[in-house]
Amino acid sequence: MSKRIDVKDLDIYYGDFHAVKGVSMTIEPRSVTAFIGPSGCGKSTFLRTLNRMHEVIPGARVEGEVLIDGQNLYGKGVDPVDVRRQVGMVFQRPNPFPTMSIKENVLAGVRLNARRISSSAADELTERALRGANLWNEVKDRLDKPGSGLSGGQQQRLCIARAIAIQPEVILMDEPCSALDPISTLAIEDLINDLKSDYTVVIVTHNMQQAARVSDKTGFFNLKATGQPGQLVEFDTTQTIFNNPSQKATEDYISGRFG
Amino acid sequence: MNAPATRRARSSSTAVRRPGDILFNGASLGSAVLILLILAGVAFFLVMEAVPALTAPAEEISGGEGFFAYVWPLVFGTVVASVIAMLLGTPVAIGIALFVSHYAPRRLGNGIGFVIDLLAAVPSVVFGMWGMAVFAPRLGPLYEWLSQNLGWIPIFGDASATGRTLMTASIVLAVMILPIITSVSREVFLQTPRLHEEAALALGATKWEMIRTAVLPFGMPGVIGGTMLGLGRALGETMAVAIILAPGVFSWNFIGAGNATIPAEIALNFPEAAGLRLSELIAAGLVLFVITLAVNLFARWIVDRRAEFSGAN
Repeated sequence: MSKRIDVKDLDIYYGDFHAVKGVSMTIEPRSVTAFIGPSGCGKSTFLRTLNRMHEVIPGARVEGEVLIDGQNLYGKGVDPVDVRRQVGMVFQRPNPFPTMSIKENVLAGVRLNARRISSSAADELTERALRGANLWNEVKDRLDKPGSGLSGGQQQRLCIARAIAIQPEVILMDEPCSALDPISTLAIEDLINDLKSDYTVVIVTHNMQQAARVSDKTGFFNLKATGQPGQLVEFDTTQTIFNNPSQKATEDYISGRFG
Repeated sequence: MNAPATRRARSSSTAVRRPGDILFNGASLGSAVLILLILAGVAFFLVMEAVPALTAPAEEISGGEGFFAYVWPLVFGTVVASVIAMLLGTPVAIGIALFVSHYAPRRLGNGIGFVIDLLAAVPSVVFGMWGMAVFAPRLGPLYEWLSQNLGWIPIFGDASATGRTLMTASIVLAVMILPIITSVSREVFLQTPRLHEEAALALGATKWEMIRTAVLPFGMPGVIGGTMLGLGRALGETMAVAIILAPGVFSWNFIGAGNATIPAEIALNFPEAAGLRLSELIAAGLVLFVITLAVNLFARWIVDRRAEFSGAN
């Protein structure tokens, strides 16, 4: 259920604005890859190209290739809807559907496209997804209550449960803890560690300690100057990036000299 | 250096009453009280003036069988015309609102939104004349066809040659309430948080599925509110119905002669009415007032029932 991602010479544009330039990398299956870098360096933008959520913004386009197990996401005739079913996403702020109960939220992705499932299968899937997101014990008695009544950290885990309920190959997380308190952050980080055994996880974070704690590999994004496109400066094992980076810019950023 | 300390002590013990606050507080309280007084005044007037008709002996009321027998066909005509207008208008309005908010390119969407708002500015008497002179004759053949092919349904009885029927009035009412439902719906659809739309898309939703999972549920209270505004306008619409509908006695046949509505009945008869007849018409107005109130309470109840899931918490 987890796949390798190969990115080849990816350039990302918003209209005429060149947002990210020339990114190439390989993301291994069953691993956690973190992207760090200063604000506006394109790491979130890049993350969103991995499930074609980027093109939801008018005028946004991409040049280059993203291969998931050899299949190009941007190939001719590839439906972004199918891509997004394979590559799930968790957002910066928890966004459970406010009009749905906890259970309906978990099943939202499964119910799309008029796929029908029996009610026993739905119950089973709900429990499996919520257990997978370490949320089951906290919500099992109130599955029919609105998802928006949970705490921020619980809502974010509900969103993770919703993402894994459709059994994607890859899970993208765009600063999943930036709106959460330290305890909830810890719960999410533990969960990321668990998810690694089944999924390929890619996470964008502003928090360098978080990247150091959860990831196997780390990519550092930066831009040369304001108005210039963001670039992938260095991509290596997390160990190397934090202890022995090969680029001066990476070292400056890690050691807190800027950003 | 104890100045900061005393300042803090004073602000925590007695809040400063600034003149601007007092003025604004009074003005908003006054407005709120005023609207309640106006509503109470209208209700009081209606009840007082209606009492003679409600208490008069049955044979003195128009029709000779009491006020209830007089008013219920009018209530029926009013409610049926409004409900048909709502059923016809709402789906189209939601369609236009979704097109403007989520499908059309921004410029085209704004243009269409502007035209829809203009439609709301057309006076109802213009709609009435258009409905009678242009629309009704063209509907004649359709009614003929309905009568011949679907005649077994009671509401499609013998067709009226002029087309000046309850159905024509309903369709014109549907056009008239279209703008208000459309603009309210469009506004709430545009308010859908981008995060919820992206959540749906990231789960692999197509555009329509995204609208069904994120946009429509989020906007539903607003759409219901807009629909009730439209229904309220349809219930109270006087001029258009008075011009289009050739009033008649109660009939299940909506495409033939017959039926009337409360506002049109009042408008057509009020100038020559006096004494008990006047009281009858005002009592009919009271009934309309009660219906409108009931419709609004019902709408409020529907919206509140799902308040827990509105996302406001």
